[in-house]
Amino acid sequence: MAFEGIGASVRRTEDQRFLSGRGNYTDDINRHGQLYAIIRRSDRPHARIVSIDTKAAAEMPGVVAVYTGTDLQADSVGGLPCGWLIKNKDGTPMAEPPHPVLAVGKVRHVGDPVAVVIAETRQQAKDAAEKLAIEWQDLPSISSTQDAIAPGAALVHDDVAGNVCYDWHLGDKEAVDAAFAKAARVVRLDLTNSRLIPNAMEPRAAIGDFDRATGEHTLFTTSQNPHVIRLLMGAFVLHIPESRLRVVAPDVGGGFGSKIYHYAEEAIVTWAAGKLARPVKWTAERTESFISDAHGRDHVTTAEMALDKDGNYLALRVQTLANMGAYLSTFATSIPTYLYATLLAGVYKTPAIYAEVKAVFTNTVPVDAYRGAGRPEAAYLLERLTDVIAHDTGLDRVALRRQNLIPANAFPYQTPVALQYDSGNYQATLEAALTAADWNGFPARRTAAAAKGKLRGIGISTYIEACGIAPSAVAGALGARAGLYEAANIRVHPTGSVSVFTGSHSHGQGHETTFAQLVADQLGIPFNQVEIVHGDTEKIPFGMGTYGSRSLAVGGSAMVKAMDKIIAKGKRIAAHLMEASVADIEFKNGSFSVAGTDKSKSFGEIALTAYVPHNYPIDELEPGLEENAFYDPKNFTFPAGCMVAEVEIDRDTGVPSVVSFVAVDDVGRLINPMIVEGQVHGGVAQGIGQALLESAAYDVSGQIVTGSFMDYTMPRSDDLPSFKTGNEVTLCTHNPLGVKGCGELGTIGSPPAIVNAVIDALSEYDVRHIDMPLSPQKIWSIIAAGPKRRAAE
Amino acid sequence: MPQVALTVNGKKVTVDVEGRTLLVELLREKLGLTGTHVGCDTSQCGACVVHLDGTSVKSCTMLALQAAGRSVITIEGLAKPDGTLHPMQEMFREHHALQCGFCTPGMVMSAIDLVQSHPEGLSEQQIRHGLEGNLCRCTGYHNIVKAIAAAWPLMHGKAMPAAAE
Repeated sequence: MAFEGIGASVRRTEDQRFLSGRGNYTDDINRHGQLYAIIRRSDRPHARIVSIDTKAAAEMPGVVAVYTGTDLQADSVGGLPCGWLIKNKDGTPMAEPPHPVLAVGKVRHVGDPVAVVIAETRQQAKDAAEKLAIEWQDLPSISSTQDAIAPGAALVHDDVAGNVCYDWHLGDKEAVDAAFAKAARVVRLDLTNSRLIPNAMEPRAAIGDFDRATGEHTLFTTSQNPHVIRLLMGAFVLHIPESRLRVVAPDVGGGFGSKIYHYAEEAIVTWAAGKLARPVKWTAERTESFISDAHGRDHVTTAEMALDKDGNYLALRVQTLANMGAYLSTFATSIPTYLYATLLAGVYKTPAIYAEVKAVFTNTVPVDAYRGAGRPEAAYLLERLTDVIAHDTGLDRVALRRQNLIPANAFPYQTPVALQYDSGNYQATLEAALTAADWNGFPARRTAAAAKGKLRGIGISTYIEACGIAPSAVAGALGARAGLYEAANIRVHPTGSVSVFTGSHSHGQGHETTFAQLVADQLGIPFNQVEIVHGDTEKIPFGMGTYGSRSLAVGGSAMVKAMDKIIAKGKRIAAHLMEASVADIEFKNGSFSVAGTDKSKSFGEIALTAYVPHNYPIDELEPGLEENAFYDPKNFTFPAGCMVAEVEIDRDTGVPSVVSFVAVDDVGRLINPMIVEGQVHGGVAQGIGQALLESAAYDVSGQIVTGSFMDYTMPRSDDLPSFKTGNEVTLCTHNPLGVKGCGELGTIGSPPAIVNAVIDALSEYDVRHIDMPLSPQKIWSIIAAGPKRRAAE
Repeated sequence: MPQVALTVNGKKVTVDVEGRTLLVELLREKLGLTGTHVGCDTSQCGACVVHLDGTSVKSCTMLALQAAGRSVITIEGLAKPDGTLHPMQEMFREHHALQCGFCTPGMVMSAIDLVQSHPEGLSEQQIRHGLEGNLCRCTGYHNIVKAIAAAWPLMHGKAMPAAAE
């Protein structure tokens, strides 16, 4: 049998069902007697609801109920909660306006849910929803991040002055000011980090069910963290105790952050199913996804680096305006603060950093974590700024990076922005990436491209991220309203097979394979004897779910902790059976043996003895072999790496093509290299999407103009190259597996590598910066204006 | 309500449908074949691709009634009755060409048509162009392209012609 433990590229267990059409996604589930819900949403960005006439809709064929915000309010349904409290510079709490499940009084963005129509069939509900007569009074709206703080700007929430959610800062202002005062040179860059729409391929869906006999509510939902949904919806919105609320997140078709949050539709179907005592199903159409799934990024930033005469980084000063959208999504407030500003050291030894972040409300869809979440914004800022420093000073961009990198012997390394990096080797990933990309051979490739009439450029980025979220006490001190540990239950069955119940959730990551490899390896049993169970609050003891590249670092560590307990108990059983002292029992390769003898018992024999305890230390030890563990991480983990991109631009059309892409990453120990590589590919594709193609756009009137796949440019197969990936390994020092996480790094390192490459390709036009996405139109305009532009500057 | 009679995965079926019922709704809701997915409402994503008389079509973009008398194969109809996967399914697994699995059924159906309709061979660029109608958000397409190239020789019973590679 092939090796299937830690480090093997085992083919995935879950693929059999996905490849044969037997996945079980939320919309594939149908409950007996099910009704269908259609949400009527606001088609205007900001308006007072003068009246809603539901009569005509209610009289349509098949309609069972029509509910509006006032119906929910009358039934004491609470608003959607925000999970992270940020404090202003002066210590006062952020503005936290109510986020009703269905709008009451006012709507604040296109897509804001206003009413729900429930009918026997989806078509009937759809037909009836069109009959809802809503009288609106339009109000002035705010579409863009900068407009939110313009003098006299319309207010998204009447009681939030200046549309400011919070005005927060991090770092040592005085030290930074002092460094700037003595700097040989200051380089400044204004940039935006474009707004994105996650667009997991499976649209969100939710089914509420209610058992009149037991009073138990069940919610099937497209979630990355069913226990979090149970907690938030049960405790804050519907006031249902956990014991009466089951949340199931079955197969989920991609998340990328957008399925972390507690959404209105989950509460609506759960509440309505209880009211009507019938199952109620809602499935988003893609158009709804565009206007109701949380968006990502959307920063407007000014960054300044103080340098000494040799190009050493002395201090970094950052001011960022972050768009929250119309309401606070579950983790929105933490993204531009503790997942962004804390990463502004990057891989550099910049001694002083000061960041100010102002979060603002606008009449747009709420913004929250999207793959990378805060960390791509930090990496993009640093890596664009570094290239601009090279541009302005004439220093070599690779040499500039080399000289400012945190050295490999400096770990643990305390940054000036709160984090302590435990391990890393940024020189190793940098040099490996340069070699893999044949950086030195680039001039010849540029010349060859020029001969074909193409502009060729090469770009580099070095990045770091904080993953394995997060030590609960640290997160709590910073405003998190939850713990961020993970739970695992390991149940060894009498014949030695094992069920693992994990609070992590797999929605593409392949946990059923990776986790089984981990458990099989540690317990010394065959891979196919391990079953991974996830996604159901009735089966799993507890869980905080999957986001922030935490499943292996935190969820996997919880499994190790539970396995340690299993092994410890197994040793006591083995000691009894072999009449030895517990201290003399060793566990290795699935076998318990007495040190220094040839006596041993297999893992299966010990399991059977635990359940058939005829010869057993029954007075000291309970029968059975099942253990629970909660693992709270000691620190974040810090994956890091280097990416190098090459692009060619068609001079006539301005169309950029990515012709080569190299990623060399340090994710700590690899459990399944094939899966890690796949995660890098997918993340890089999304990062290239941001750099070149994707952008969520609103017009001045507040309408979203990229509201479908016909308008929002998703990366397609012919937009992308094949990728070259590699790994350098330094182990995480504080978790038992030495793992760091790999889910997000692709979206973090790739956008600046691509943008830097395009700007390099345009070097003869002396371009300093272009905001993403680098569309053919933007590039073509630069080429077309070429000589004049240069003369003008 | 009108009736439509067609063959799905080799079985003849007759189903009552509304005039506006889409083929994908017939498959998912009337026949319980939930392997065919709906990922968008503008015919852009390709998660719903099935074979109609051997050619790939987006089942969200045709009415159920238009399939009258025709033969539809869905992802559920690809494997042999004993569970042996189609070579394309097998290569998707071998090359880790799927992650969340949601685009996978449509991607596999499109890929099979692409390989079948190119007996002369397929270059990487041709494969990439051939997949333009299918969106995947997880894999970055890298491994999908590899899987399709690896399935070509298995489906055609010979090595990929060198010129195509």
